[in-house]
Amino acid sequence: MSKLDRTQIERRIVFLVLVIAVALPLIFPLGMKTYGTPLTKKAYDLVENTPPKSVVIISFDYDPSTVTELQPMALAVIEHAWKKEHRVIATAMWPQGSKMADLAFAEVQKKFNNEKVYGLDYVNLGYKVGGMVVIQGMGRNFKTVFPKDTSGLDYEDIELLRPVKSLRDIKYVVSLSAGDPGLRDWIMTAKGKYDVPVAGGTTAVSAPGFLPYVNDQNQLYGLMGGMKAAAEYELLLGYEGSASLNMNPQSVAHILILILIAIGNVKAWRKRKADAKQGEVKNG
Amino acid sequence: MADLMTVLGIWLGAFFTLSIFSFLYKDNPFYKLSEQIFVGLSAGYWLIYTIYNILVPNLFNLLLTDFANNWLLLIPFALGLMMLLRMIPSLQWVSRYPIAIMVGTTAAIYMLLSFKADFLSQIAATMINPFKFTSAVDVVGTILLIIGTLCGVYFFYFSRKKEGVFAVPSKIGIWFLMVSFGASFGYTVMARISLLIGRLDFLLRDWLHIIR
Repeated sequence: MSKLDRTQIERRIVFLVLVIAVALPLIFPLGMKTYGTPLTKKAYDLVENTPPKSVVIISFDYDPSTVTELQPMALAVIEHAWKKEHRVIATAMWPQGSKMADLAFAEVQKKFNNEKVYGLDYVNLGYKVGGMVVIQGMGRNFKTVFPKDTSGLDYEDIELLRPVKSLRDIKYVVSLSAGDPGLRDWIMTAKGKYDVPVAGGTTAVSAPGFLPYVNDQNQLYGLMGGMKAAAEYELLLGYEGSASLNMNPQSVAHILILILIAIGNVKAWRKRKADAKQGEVKNG
Repeated sequence: MADLMTVLGIWLGAFFTLSIFSFLYKDNPFYKLSEQIFVGLSAGYWLIYTIYNILVPNLFNLLLTDFANNWLLLIPFALGLMMLLRMIPSLQWVSRYPIAIMVGTTAAIYMLLSFKADFLSQIAATMINPFKFTSAVDVVGTILLIIGTLCGVYFFYFSRKKEGVFAVPSKIGIWFLMVSFGASFGYTVMARISLLIGRLDFLLRDWLHIIR
């Protein structure tokens, strides 16, 4: 068997083992628990410490491709905001974000026995193209950017929106962001220009890029990075949702990857040693 | 009917998921079919979405219902049409003007806000007195932040040969950069595994009903 064939087979074995390692804990949860980190706690505290009846924005800047990581965050943040009696405006910088918002509201409504009233406790203003320009427009005049909601209701007919003239009337923004446009635009504009506190939830892959914004200047008021942070938020709210359950396969897969990296390194080390020995023999 | 469509959707989703996964074994017609359907669907979806959710409400409706107050929209409309002239080779040059306007305005908007968010605020955030904190973890963390920032920036200073004592901060900077890349890699692994979990969850829960 050639070296290339052997590598191909090894790769396939790794993929297969990884699939099994993820599938088994999904079917038989191991009951692993996660723990909280200051970054998620800071985002949680922002929601927790905002007075009741405040109008807030949750921006759905993602689409179904990242739903596994960001939708549990959306559910947790909406639930927390509603528990604190905040009035939630959903916006979207990504076209399918408004559908994600509808699904999230419907899911959380079940926990509140459908008591939350559309137009009073929450509203979905939908998608607007433009990213940072849209946020700047909201800073000047909210109504000109979103004259209607997704169901076609006029701005002035929505009770929740009556006290909202511009972004300055918003108590905080949570952007759940899978890329651009998204969290960075909110940091630069909502926080940078209008000084509205911004918390963020991102996919794990983009989380390290946002870490420097969680600083002394509070450019970002807490950061939720990936499924782990979603599980932490669920933990802070006192329930085990999909993110907490999915941390079981996540943890098993990480352990497997660590083992595979160790095996790979041992193999590479042995190969280097064997090559060196062969070289010595060749050169006498 | 709705149920039938849901079931059909789930089966189609399962078929395309497995077809995409089949690439891990080797390139094959199922993968190619799924890939091309995905690309085609995405392009079609975007085209229709752009027309009905962006152009119609924000441009055509406003021009047709209240032209007097919205005639300024003719300018972006004209720029949009000029952009489409890229498709006619002899008139391709016209599209350079809307592109130039787009690049210019975008750069201008980003420059100011980015300068504040990515430069001034970041510098200010590094100017911290580590000893103002009471917890030892915070003090050490802040000292590391300051050392890491300075040494990391120094690593990218190439106007002097890094020899002797001048090489030390550069080497420390490399260590900080390596730790940072390692953390990024860890996060990336988590993101990719999350994607796999999402797909397997769909297959096992919605399609096969193994998980309830």
